[in-house]
Amino acid sequence: MTTNPLLDATGVAKNYGAVAALRDASLSVLPGEVHALMGANGAGKSTLVKILTGAIKADAGRILIRGKQLDVRSPAAARRAGLLPVYQEPSLIPDLDVLSNLRLTGTPVEPFRAWVRELGIPNLDIRDTARHIPLAILRVLDLARALAVEPDVLLLDEMTAALPANLAEKVLEVVRRQGDAGRSVIFISHRFVEISALCDRATVLRDGSTVGVVDIEPGVEERIVEMMLGTRIEKTRVAARAANEVAVAAGGRPRLSVRNLQLGTKLNDVSFDLANGEVVGVFALEGQGQDELFAALAGSIRPTGGTIDVDGAPVKFSHPSDAIQAGIAYVPGDRTDALAMQRSVRENIALPFSAGLRKWGPIRMRREQVVVSGVIGRLQIDTRAQGEVQRLSGGNQQKVTIARWIAANARTILCFDPTRGIDVGTKQEIYKLLRELAGQGKSVLFYTSEMEEVQRVCDRVIVIFGGRVVDTFSVEEADEPTLMRAAYGLPRGAKADVGILAEVKPASDAEAAS
Amino acid sequence: MTDIATMPRPVSFGRRLKRFMADRPLIPLIILLIILVVILQILRPGIVNERWLANTAKFAIPLAILAGCQTMTMLTGGIDLSVGTVATMSAFIMATQIVNQDPTVAFLLAMLPAVLIGLVNGIGVGVFRVHPLIMTLGTSLIGTGFLQVYQRTVIASGAKIPDFLNWLGTGVTYGFPNALLLFVPVAVLIVFMLNRTGFGRLLYAVGDNERAARLSGVRYWQVITALYILSSLLAGITGLLYIGLIKAPSLSLAEPLVLPSVAAAVIGGTSIFGGRGGYMGTIIGALILTVLTTLLTILQMPEGGRRILFGFIVLFVTAAYLRIVEDR
Repeated sequence: MTTNPLLDATGVAKNYGAVAALRDASLSVLPGEVHALMGANGAGKSTLVKILTGAIKADAGRILIRGKQLDVRSPAAARRAGLLPVYQEPSLIPDLDVLSNLRLTGTPVEPFRAWVRELGIPNLDIRDTARHIPLAILRVLDLARALAVEPDVLLLDEMTAALPANLAEKVLEVVRRQGDAGRSVIFISHRFVEISALCDRATVLRDGSTVGVVDIEPGVEERIVEMMLGTRIEKTRVAARAANEVAVAAGGRPRLSVRNLQLGTKLNDVSFDLANGEVVGVFALEGQGQDELFAALAGSIRPTGGTIDVDGAPVKFSHPSDAIQAGIAYVPGDRTDALAMQRSVRENIALPFSAGLRKWGPIRMRREQVVVSGVIGRLQIDTRAQGEVQRLSGGNQQKVTIARWIAANARTILCFDPTRGIDVGTKQEIYKLLRELAGQGKSVLFYTSEMEEVQRVCDRVIVIFGGRVVDTFSVEEADEPTLMRAAYGLPRGAKADVGILAEVKPASDAEAAS
Repeated sequence: MTDIATMPRPVSFGRRLKRFMADRPLIPLIILLIILVVILQILRPGIVNERWLANTAKFAIPLAILAGCQTMTMLTGGIDLSVGTVATMSAFIMATQIVNQDPTVAFLLAMLPAVLIGLVNGIGVGVFRVHPLIMTLGTSLIGTGFLQVYQRTVIASGAKIPDFLNWLGTGVTYGFPNALLLFVPVAVLIVFMLNRTGFGRLLYAVGDNERAARLSGVRYWQVITALYILSSLLAGITGLLYIGLIKAPSLSLAEPLVLPSVAAAVIGGTSIFGGRGGYMGTIIGALILTVLTTLLTILQMPEGGRRILFGFIVLFVTAAYLRIVEDR
């Protein structure tokens, strides 16, 4: 390396309590470089970004900008040092117009307008209130606002997500030219197509540590996937399942049948079947449309296209109670969305019993007690602090959210990342429980961001990328490299320089040259 | 490690007392009530007798029922400021209609505006998501306006307090105020509803976490609409009781009870943010406020000073009570 790096972070570590979000991360960005930051879910990308931009403070490590030690205590300090982020969430204040938003950050207006035009929005009225501007445009405005102050290092987090193709193209073009102008860009993306078209090098994170820095060249995606997986390449075998956990032979029509489901820009085309007695896994990187898929199946939001059939009959859910009527229960990933935290374990479990208008009358307390203590026993919920659910541990809270639907005898359970942030022992219990439910002929749709859970729990797994089901695997096929490749939208079985990089690189070069 | 986890940590007496109070939030309230009565007895020896008790109960009961409306709505994170107007309307209509109508018809006419206002409140809050404070304040003003119009149409016929309401509001039988005949069933019903019925559970659930309730299949608008209608009905009945007690129909009859009813619910431990509280506490809260009013009256302070003191005591009691009960 002949030139000195513009940004050089080494040995960055961050702990949240006992959990190490970052162990030893490093990132070195050269002037004029577009540098990809990659890693699977939970690898520590967002933590590193937050540290670089001053949103949180690192426990250890050193960050140099142009060789000078940087003490980023606040986002403002990072800004002064020439490091500017554009996050996934739009950052304009919704109730102010665009011009006032610019004044707020001291952004010069004329360069901003020039960039906005450059990025393919010819007719922006900067007197428009931010609230009334569509999401895709807001993200582009965020980018323009960052570009207008000419930062040394621009940090883009999934910049092209939720952008329509024509805008995304313009954005990528502008980012490319930043590099040509001698400024640096840190580019976070799950899309190999973009990375190969844009980036010069990539830093790969795994489990909070930097595991490699690679030059982007044709065929490198295999290496990157290997790095993200680390030593876990060898095929994990499917754990033997006890007799009561084996899926019952699924006869007849599927329990749940989803065809061509669409929802705005988030879900483009999702089709799959869920049979009785089956656990189907959903594997996806963050923000690929899985949230919307579950919300649509749970009746929380209405899909804009496609069909959902339950037991062969088409359904349209306009409220979660419709889905519950059809025997479909949703366990959200965030426990605070599911629990009345100040109420008791019993009331939380029994909540669906009282939901319907006809069940508003007197509660048969003794019968309810029997049902509730039955599931408490079955799930082994620790009831020492049962007076208020908020006093329970995370794992026990999660059990309560599932226990509710077992008590209600739901035939299909949609579990969204049910093991997030809970202890290993409870995780095991939840795996076992889900298998037992399948053994009783119930069906489970199980989203997970941890690949190993697919092997432990699922019969089949569908992989979603960019709002589409890109592949379906049986559990025997679904080893971690296969899943990871599919989750990044790489074709099945593709090796080395077959495919994406070879195709895209020349095209984008030609575009940049023109 | 397990040893450390299972070993009981030595707990100070203060901490244990706090725990005890936190688990039984009624006890500190009862203690406060007793303290107030004792102070009263010391300041004016002999005042606490059978007649005083009956009198206090008589005035506390309308307040306690209206505070029940606030308790139920506050459990869902709402509030019902229209209770004063609703009570006034039903009282006024009853007193004027009884002159030339059958008592049953007069009663039904009196309850009609209560149902209507409750329905409008419920739809506004539950369906259109207007903030309950604004919604109920708005319907309260509209109701007052209608009542003024109505007053002109009946100005010639005059008003009369039905004997039954008179008996219910002021009568005392064997030392017990007759109003208890109304209040005890109402209180039992509210307590039972909150603790032992599906609807009561939903009030808590909706106020604690509306999203969770929704995901469990609860339809928010149904719960809220039923709640505000129920609240208005209770307020209407309170109006009938109150006119029997005050005996002077006016257009601002129950208005002075509105804010004390909110205060009684808050002092009684119901969280204004929803999801937490109960009616037993509210009843004691209403008693505390009534005794406090008597106490300040016998101090023979000027009206202004009395109000200032009243405000300070309410603030202090609420803050102290929350500190005792919240387990932080």
